[in-house]
This record gives sequence, C-alpha cells and structure tokens, in this order.
Amino acid sequence: MSRASMRLPDLCDEALAGVASRPVRTALTMLGTVIGIATLVITLGVAATAANQIAGRFDAVTATEVTVLVPGQPEPLVSWGGLADLQRLNGVHAAASIATLDTAGGAHVRANDVHDPTTVTDRALPVVATTPGLPEVVNADLGQGRYFDEGHVTRHDRVAVLGGAAAKLLGITRVDDAPAVFVDDQAFTVIGVLGDAGSGQEPGLDSSVLLPYTTASDRLRIGTPSKVLIRTDLGAAPLIARQAPVALSPNGHASLSVVAPPDPASLRGGVEHDVNGLFVVLGLVSLIVGAIGIANVTLVTVMERIGEIGLRRALGAGRRHIAAQFLVESGTVGLIGGIVGTSTGIVAVVVISAVNGWTPVLDLSLAAGAPVAGAVVGLVAGLYPSLRAARMRPVEALRAGT
Amino acid sequence: MTAPVIRLDGVGRVFPADPPVHALTDVQLSVERGDYVSVVGVSGSGKSTLLNTLGLLDRPDSGGYRLDGVETTGLSDRQLTALRGSRIGFVFQSFHLLAYRSAADNVAMAELYRRTDRRRRGERARAALTRVGLDHRADFRPDKLSGGERQRVAIARALLGEPALLLCDEPTGNLDRANTHAVLDLFDDLARQNVTLVVITHDEEVSRRAHRRVRIEDGRLQEETP
Repeated sequence: MSRASMRLPDLCDEALAGVASRPVRTALTMLGTVIGIATLVITLGVAATAANQIAGRFDAVTATEVTVLVPGQPEPLVSWGGLADLQRLNGVHAAASIATLDTAGGAHVRANDVHDPTTVTDRALPVVATTPGLPEVVNADLGQGRYFDEGHVTRHDRVAVLGGAAAKLLGITRVDDAPAVFVDDQAFTVIGVLGDAGSGQEPGLDSSVLLPYTTASDRLRIGTPSKVLIRTDLGAAPLIARQAPVALSPNGHASLSVVAPPDPASLRGGVEHDVNGLFVVLGLVSLIVGAIGIANVTLVTVMERIGEIGLRRALGAGRRHIAAQFLVESGTVGLIGGIVGTSTGIVAVVVISAVNGWTPVLDLSLAAGAPVAGAVVGLVAGLYPSLRAARMRPVEALRAGT
Repeated sequence: MTAPVIRLDGVGRVFPADPPVHALTDVQLSVERGDYVSVVGVSGSGKSTLLNTLGLLDRPDSGGYRLDGVETTGLSDRQLTALRGSRIGFVFQSFHLLAYRSAADNVAMAELYRRTDRRRRGERARAALTRVGLDHRADFRPDKLSGGERQRVAIARALLGEPALLLCDEPTGNLDRANTHAVLDLFDDLARQNVTLVVITHDEEVSRRAHRRVRIEDGRLQEETP
C-alpha cells in the first residue's frame, strides 16, 4: 500500500492560496514583522553608514602622523643622527627631528641690525632646530625660496627658513635678495619662507625661525632633539608607533612617549557598537511582538478552518501534511513581512543618508539575511498553531466545521 | 468473485460514559461493488458512528472491517489515512468546499495527498465536473453556485480518482426539494455507472431511492426487504 504523500509544489500552492484568501488579515499580520525587520535594517544600516562617515573624517593626513616625544632629562636619549635608523623602517614615509631653543617666550629676532627707538624691531619668536626633511613631514609648502638640505647641515651654514607668520612679523617679503635675520645677535641668511603649513602636527612652525640643527648647536647651544615627527605610509601608523621608539633609542625606548592617531578600524567598531546596542534591542522586541501577532492570527485561522482541516484529513491528508501547510503559511507571512521590512529599511537608510549628505553603506548579507530572519520568525510563530491543527481528530474537525 | 467493497463483521463501538453508550453493537454488513445502499435511522441511532467507522475516521472497538479487501483493524493511523485518501470519496451534508477556490480547484484538491501527476490534474478535475453536469461552472467560486450545484461539485471531488466507495453523509440535508431531486438523479446515474454508493440519511424519501435499505436503530443494523 502506498503511503499518503504530498508534493512540495502542491504544499506551496495550498499554503499560498491560504495566505492569499485573506489578504487584509495577512497584511495586518505581517505588520509586526515588517516593523521589526525594518527597525533592524535601519538600525544596522544607519550605524554602518554613520560609522563610515566618522571614519571618513579621519583623512589620510591625520591618519599617518606619528610623533615621538623625547624627555629632555636626565641625559639625551635620541641623537640627531638617530633619524637614519628610523628612516630605514618599512612604512616610514618621511621623518624629521626638531628641537626648540629653550628660552621662555622665544629668542630675540630682528630683521636688521639698526637700533631704531621709534619702532619695535625686536620680535620674540620661537627658534627651532630641525633636520632637513621637515616640510615633507608636516606637509608644508615653501612659499618662497627653499628649505635647507644636507649640504647646509654638514657645512654648518648660517641659513634660516622662516614660518609664514614669522616672515610677516619681521617684514620679510622676498628672499631672492638674501635678507638676514638676527637671532640673539647672530646673523642668519633667510633662504626660504614656509607657505601654508598644512599639518596640525606642529602648529607652532608658522611663527618660528627654523635653523639647521648643526648651526643652531654651534651658535645657540641648542640641545638634542625633543621631538621626532614621522609621516608614515597609509595604514602603517600603528606599526610605526610601536617600532619608532626602539629604532630611535634602543636603550631608552621605554622613556619615549608616542602620539599616534587612533586606529580607524577600532574607532569605527566602537561607534557602530554604541549606536547599535539600543536599537537592535528595540528591533528584536518588535520582532517578538510580530511573532506573537503571527502566532495569534494563525491560531485564529486554524480555529476558523477546522472544517477545512477535517476535509483535508478525509481526503487523505496526514497530520504532518496539515502541520506542514500551516507552518508554510505562517512562514510565508513571515518571509513576505521580512522582504517588505527589508525594503522599507533600505529605502529609509538611503533617504536618511541623502538628507544628511552621506554615502549609504549597506551590508549585503544584511539585505539577504533580514528576509530569512522574517521567515524564521514566521515559522517559529506558526509552530504551536500548526501542531494544534495537526492534533485535531478528523471526526471532530468534520463535525465542528462548516 | 472479487472481494466485497465493505465487509463489517461483528463491529461494536462503545463510548465510555456512565452508563457506557453502545453506539454500534455486533454490526454485520456486506456491500458489493456497484451496490447502492442507504443507511437510514433517526438521530442518535448510531448513524454517525457507522459513517465514521466506514470512513476510517474512527476505529471500532471490536469486530473486523475489510475495505476493498484490506483488513483495516490493526493498521496504523498513517496507513488508515492513506487508505482513506485512496479508496473513499466523502460527500458531506455541509459540502465542505473552500470558499476562496474555484469549483475546479475544489475538485482537484482530492488529488493533493495522492501520488498522481500534477500536470493533467486540471483536466481530470474538469472531467469529473462534466460527469456531474457542471463543466460550465468550473471557474465559479462556491458562493456563486446554488446549494445543489455545490453538492454536485463535492460529489465530483469525491469521484476524482475513482474511489472504491462513495460515502455520503446526509447529502441532501442542506438542500431544497428541487436540488434534492437533482442530486438523487445524479446518484442514480452513478449507480448505473457501477459506482459503489453508501448514503447515510434520516430522510425516508432519500433512502427509498437506494437499491438496498439498511435501517439502524440503537446501534443495531437491520436489512429491510423492499
């Protein structure tokens, strides 16, 4: 004897017909799932979009700046020559050491040697000794002239480069006639003026007088580097931040402190985590409410269709066929609710992004997974009503139903 | 000689109550292929229990029941369900048509739980509707049909798949006189086509149209000779 059997397409046809026979009720039943899934998609979508936005603000410039601070006492930890070891590291794009002349309020700087009592010719400006690569490290343009190079350094040339603001204060507008500045009565030839100092790494440079470190050491007794500025390759900042102190001062690296940009990945993760927590809970709550709604309505439907259940049993449907039909029906309601909710959520994310001028970021697995979640909600919600329908005895079902 | 379609042998059914209700007592019944039998009795006489037993919807407490040569006592629920689906066509007093499906769809439902090929199901459903004279109503929903037409759709559904037995429970109970006659005429046609019919009714007029009459009283069956 052949066992009663039912084909899958038949099962789907019957379930769909059941769902479609009461469109308004089906739509209302779906509402809970739609809202739940939409909330989840909006939450996760907006969080990903916003996090991407925040991470985007940390542009490449700040993300590649590493600064090593060298304590002055008790003994020099980093020498001027130590920079060569640092530059050998993979990921270092450019590096420069600097030392500031240790004078409160800055040294006396004048543009000429004339003592004119009617005008203020003395300016108190910071004086900074640097290695030649500085402009590249701080992304500064040379407004005029040039920066000093290794040659100037080795020859201990008495040259100076002025920050843009410093040049203005001193009244120096051009360098082609080789103007001189006097720092604590020592004369230096100005060979360049910095234009736009692009970086926030060393904001004081704009108003400083920059000297080759050899010359500064000779003339002004400037000491060893107090700071090493490093420009890394994109993405290498965390690595360089760990390696730089060792390269600069193998024995005293523990005393050096490093200022490195926050890791963009962990930053984004943190933001996403903050935003998500609360709303994910909200979305889950509305999903549960949606599931209860589906369970409730499916149960009512089962009770209304007792006669149909009896008929199907009389036609040869086994308990599992009845259970399967109601399960597929509630699963379908959940699935359609999930699809509608996902679409609503995606549209909402796009609209929110458009209003804020953001680039919408949507996880594809989220778009694919959310409808599945809806179907699972429907299936779980349909479990009890389906079993109830399957347990019904055909005699009683036929008698009760119309 | 082929096995009888129905062979009840000393069937008894007792419902536990205080005192116990003997719904069926030592029932003997044999129905041959092509028989047109009516079971008549007042309500409470055990008609429904007999119908449920014949329809494999209920199990007897004692005795044996062979349907189409298959001994049914001792079969599992699943086997009973399969046997019911393949050998018995039900016709109910309240039709049991699905309101949101067309007449043809309702008829086709009879094949849902059987191993038949899906593609020509529509054709077979229409053929069954033609057999009850309703081919022109195939795409109508039940609420657009008269009571008699609805019952004929239900009969077409019961006929689909050529069951060994057409089991009718008060088939005219919800119908007016004209529709009752239409359905009874259809039964006559089917009997001529050698369909085995068992009609359970309390209506003497309906039962008189059958070739054999069996009266049930207090759970006991008694053959009436015309």
